[in-house]
Amino acid sequence: MNMFLETLIGGLLAGTMYSLVAIGFVLIYKASGVFNYAQGSLLLFAALTFVTLTDQGVPALGAIAVTIGLLVLTAITIEKLLLRPLTNRSPMTLFMATLGLSYVVEGVAQGIMGSQVRALNLGIDDLPIFLGDIMISQFDLIAAGVALAIVVVLSLLFNRTRIGIQLRGVADDTRAALSLGIDINRIWQIVWAVAGLVGLVAGLLWGARQGVQFSLSLVVLKALPVLIIGGFTSIPGAIVGGLIVGAGESLAETYIGPYLGGGITPWFAYALALVFLFIRPAGLFGERQIERV
Amino acid sequence: MTASAGPALEVRNVSLSFKGVKAISDLSFQVTRREICALIGPNGAGKSSLLNILNGVYTPDSGEIVFEGEHFRRMQPLEAARRGIGRGFQNNALFSGMSVLDNVIAGLSRHSRVTLVEEAFRLPRALGQERAFRDRALEVLKLFDLEKYAETLVGTLPYGVQKKVEIARAIVAKPRLLLLDEPLAGMNAAEKQEIAAVIARLNRELDLTVVLIEHDIGIVLKLAHHVVVLDYGRKLADGPPETIRDNPDVIAAYLGSENAEAAA
Repeated sequence: MNMFLETLIGGLLAGTMYSLVAIGFVLIYKASGVFNYAQGSLLLFAALTFVTLTDQGVPALGAIAVTIGLLVLTAITIEKLLLRPLTNRSPMTLFMATLGLSYVVEGVAQGIMGSQVRALNLGIDDLPIFLGDIMISQFDLIAAGVALAIVVVLSLLFNRTRIGIQLRGVADDTRAALSLGIDINRIWQIVWAVAGLVGLVAGLLWGARQGVQFSLSLVVLKALPVLIIGGFTSIPGAIVGGLIVGAGESLAETYIGPYLGGGITPWFAYALALVFLFIRPAGLFGERQIERV
Repeated sequence: MTASAGPALEVRNVSLSFKGVKAISDLSFQVTRREICALIGPNGAGKSSLLNILNGVYTPDSGEIVFEGEHFRRMQPLEAARRGIGRGFQNNALFSGMSVLDNVIAGLSRHSRVTLVEEAFRLPRALGQERAFRDRALEVLKLFDLEKYAETLVGTLPYGVQKKVEIARAIVAKPRLLLLDEPLAGMNAAEKQEIAAVIARLNRELDLTVVLIEHDIGIVLKLAHHVVVLDYGRKLADGPPETIRDNPDVIAAYLGSENAEAAA
């Protein structure tokens, strides 16, 4: 029983790291209907900038401030150079544009800051702590706490401020939002910047886990099953999806793995996502798209 | 306020086509300040397209729009909203996942004077504005007798109530011109009377100029001060309701032969 609980809790905590990556997608998808393939590159860019600055001796808080500034600038640039000229184009066109964007961001980031693996130390000891007989990773616990804090901040932003009202308005009906004088371009800049900040947090946590290098941008591939399970348009969905994927992977590896010779983790999430596609294509919390003609 | 002389809105030689199909051809008319102007005509006559030109969703192929003395080759939606052109949509375009109050507060967007930073950190000015917006929105809800629905999710309300919320959202920012696309469609007779009364009252009490599209001729003739009849993108008639009712072209094209006999 303890082993089961330990596996489950460890999996759930690891799952919040997937949720963090997925939230970045949800924000942009909700506000502009764009599946932003470049989210992983932005995450890499953020982590790489932070590591490069701290390697130069910049204190951590300063490095975070500079990185945030750069992310906001990047969001504004992306909106002006990429999204605005492509307004009203098909979702596929926009997806392809973000695919191109991901190569540009990765290329520029690695061109300037190098492509070797860099260690990122957040100063969190990865010592296990014990809750009764159950062993929990301290790092995972802190990561989960950070993810929770981000969700709380985002939900306050969306539900308690006028910017939040505008954001939800744009997500709900772009045409009506425009007719009320809501500046959609500005909203997109804000959303991309916020998605960038979420990417920064995810990039730091993942970077501390596996080192900062090109492969960090591939965590987007882990976000995909999370989004399919939770739904592309829901932040709670991203959380629940992440938890399901994390717990599922962890339990499957421990309990099914031995029968299949291990190696379940790389594909389990996709198999799970496939099952969800069959029974609930819009995801657990996703909105079924109804097109009004 | 700009000079009160001259028309509130002027459509000058406007043409619009979609992939070679003419939707509006060389259309011109004027809307006087503080009048209710009704656009009528069969489906496909170009009425909705015209509203879309007026608030900047479509760009006309030629012609221009004069709004309060300023000339526009094309209007941008944001620009239209900032200059005080409010808009209600066919079938409603409310933010269905939000409360009635939040919908109406969203309508005040163009009046925001605080910066994003003030808003994010909830500085005094942002909080003050938030309170002012909330008060103003509640005031308008009261005007429409909607206070009891303030916290209700708008998507759960009956269609007629939603329509009132949409009009409330469109007028909360005190527009100078209100465009309404079939505000009475899909309603029963009692609801139609109620919405028509709301529009007449807004026009009277807030000095609001209104351009609306409506199919219910009985109500149009009572509500509007001025009627413009469109058919296949062309203007068929333009004048006060009484002259429209008796215009044989209109009767033939729009009201149908049955009515033509009745009118004869």
